[in-house]
Amino acid sequence: MNTSRLQRFILAVLAWSITFVIFFPILWMILTGFKTEAQAIADPTLFFTPTLDSYAAVQGRADYFRFAYNSVYVAFGSTLLALMIGIPAAYSMAFLPTKRTKGTMLWMLSTKMLPPVGVLVPIYLIFRDLGMLDTRIGLTVIYTLMNLPIVIWMLYTFFKDLPKDILEAGRMDGANTRQEMLYLLIPLTLPGIASTGLLSVILSWNEAFWSLNLTSSRAAPLTAYIASFSSPEGLFWAKLSAASTMAVAPILIFGWLTQKQMVRGLTFGAVK
Amino acid sequence: MATLQIKQVVKRFDDTEVLKGIDLEVNDREFVVFVGPSGCGKSTLLRIIAGLESATTGDLLIDGERINEVGPADRGLAMVFQSYALYPHMTVEDNMGFSLRLAGVGKQARREKVLEAARILQLEPLLDRKPKALSGGQRQRVAIGRAIVRNPSIFLFDEPLSNLDAALRVQMRIELARLHEELDATMIYVTHDQIEAMTMADKIVVLQGGEVEQVGSPMELYHHPCNRFVAGFIGSPKMNFLPVTAQAVSTSGVRVALPGGGTSEVAVNGEGAQAGDALELGIRPEHLLLDDQGPLSGQIKVIERLGGQTSLYVEMDDGIITITADGDVTYRVNEQVNFGFEPSRAHLFDGQGLALASLQRHPLSGLVRQDSRERVENSRERPEGGA
Repeated sequence: MNTSRLQRFILAVLAWSITFVIFFPILWMILTGFKTEAQAIADPTLFFTPTLDSYAAVQGRADYFRFAYNSVYVAFGSTLLALMIGIPAAYSMAFLPTKRTKGTMLWMLSTKMLPPVGVLVPIYLIFRDLGMLDTRIGLTVIYTLMNLPIVIWMLYTFFKDLPKDILEAGRMDGANTRQEMLYLLIPLTLPGIASTGLLSVILSWNEAFWSLNLTSSRAAPLTAYIASFSSPEGLFWAKLSAASTMAVAPILIFGWLTQKQMVRGLTFGAVK
Repeated sequence: MATLQIKQVVKRFDDTEVLKGIDLEVNDREFVVFVGPSGCGKSTLLRIIAGLESATTGDLLIDGERINEVGPADRGLAMVFQSYALYPHMTVEDNMGFSLRLAGVGKQARREKVLEAARILQLEPLLDRKPKALSGGQRQRVAIGRAIVRNPSIFLFDEPLSNLDAALRVQMRIELARLHEELDATMIYVTHDQIEAMTMADKIVVLQGGEVEQVGSPMELYHHPCNRFVAGFIGSPKMNFLPVTAQAVSTSGVRVALPGGGTSEVAVNGEGAQAGDALELGIRPEHLLLDDQGPLSGQIKVIERLGGQTSLYVEMDDGIITITADGDVTYRVNEQVNFGFEPSRAHLFDGQGLALASLQRHPLSGLVRQDSRERVENSRERPEGGA
């Protein structure tokens, strides 16, 4: 396609505008966090004297680091678990398919279409009976299950792109299934595995439904932390914004640092 | 020492029968080529030998021992893949030494073996490179090196040259033949290219539609194809086929009426044929002789000059006939041309496409490379019905 300068200019303006629209709520949240409560509900302005009062107030009411620790624990823990289950699962589906493989994969995906609230009561009761309510392990398990279909689907597509010959050559060379995965499959699809893992971390980090329903204090992650600032006596916008900023900052920075990897992984195969 | 026996091997994928009962023997140190059009089952057969697929029924024996249930790595075989299937994240040295590493061989011993293989293949300067930084021919050699390092009893090649350009292919063909001499190993080679089969094989196995059409030395297949398919598949350019009618059958051969009115007696065993039968006459382009008195004639449609030889495509009533003539013939397109043939060079095929056996064996039909003469004696052609 022959793009003229004007076309490129229009495209750039369009891209920047869309980016800005998407980014604006986050920007506004960050700004509001540095305002006083009065300024927060006053007429919107870009110019004000920033203050850390809200952050101090927020930290005074709840220990941010405890929630953050829980978030890191469950996000990375569930990702690790999902990869440990997902890699062998995707391997067998990609390289040793049976007649039911396709059906199984569609069924797995269909579980993502079910509203989680539909299974809330049974899961709550199971968790209660197993003593897993408000435990990090419990939340890790539910996140693992939640992300497993996506993890397996993504890994499956990455593994599918790997020439079968390479694994067969490995088998001729004497590799057993474990060695095939360890020495050939995983190193060769590492970009894909990494981006799958990153996506799983982000999804787990942002998950709110289960964390709000299955935890209360000990195992509550940052999503529960933010929610705790929307109190019945009214919203304190500045404090809520400060808390939200702190909650999303780690994952935003994480996403920003790994975006190259993410993009590379997600387009892996397409540009090979 | 390694011999391979394949007994009644059948392979079914769901409802399609890809291999329909293959019987075959591969002798020690023999270079056997499976050749056939795509989809004939040759690669599947190789993969079953390798252990990458299992046979639905039938037995595989290496040195007399049944290996159906033995895993690919424990069969003592090594395979070179069409795509080379090098490990992209490993250096050439690690690629070649991977099997030894898996077998728990120490670093020093591993390096020695890899260096030895690298020396045979002239890969020493490339040992630290990754496959990405190699040319097609070099990758091919690394893939062969990976096989050599395993010191297998049988080498398996799955169309190893088809990703190379023509010049490199000729060079690698010679190199593989040399390697076969040097390693003195049994090799099984799959290709769709009959030239590769003719140039390298001690024994060619022609497959079609999941069945063995014919097994024999290259010269045997060339001079005594057992049916129309093998006759057309082996030899380049392809054999010409002309519809003819049997006139008389005698002990000295079958006399046939040629298109255009002439007759010719072909020295074949006419048992089962009788006067009036519709037969097909097969003559290779190189056995057609331009001759003003010749019984056949047609109009030249295309001339391909290769310098040393010229291919003439001549239109007759029954289709286009290819004639390989001298490089210096002066014919022009659309010219009428007469030609004939040496009856002893001609073949006759019956209505089912089966060849009528020649009364005389061609003196070269038993020939293979001199050093391997005796091992071929016991692997003579096993006559096989047509498709």
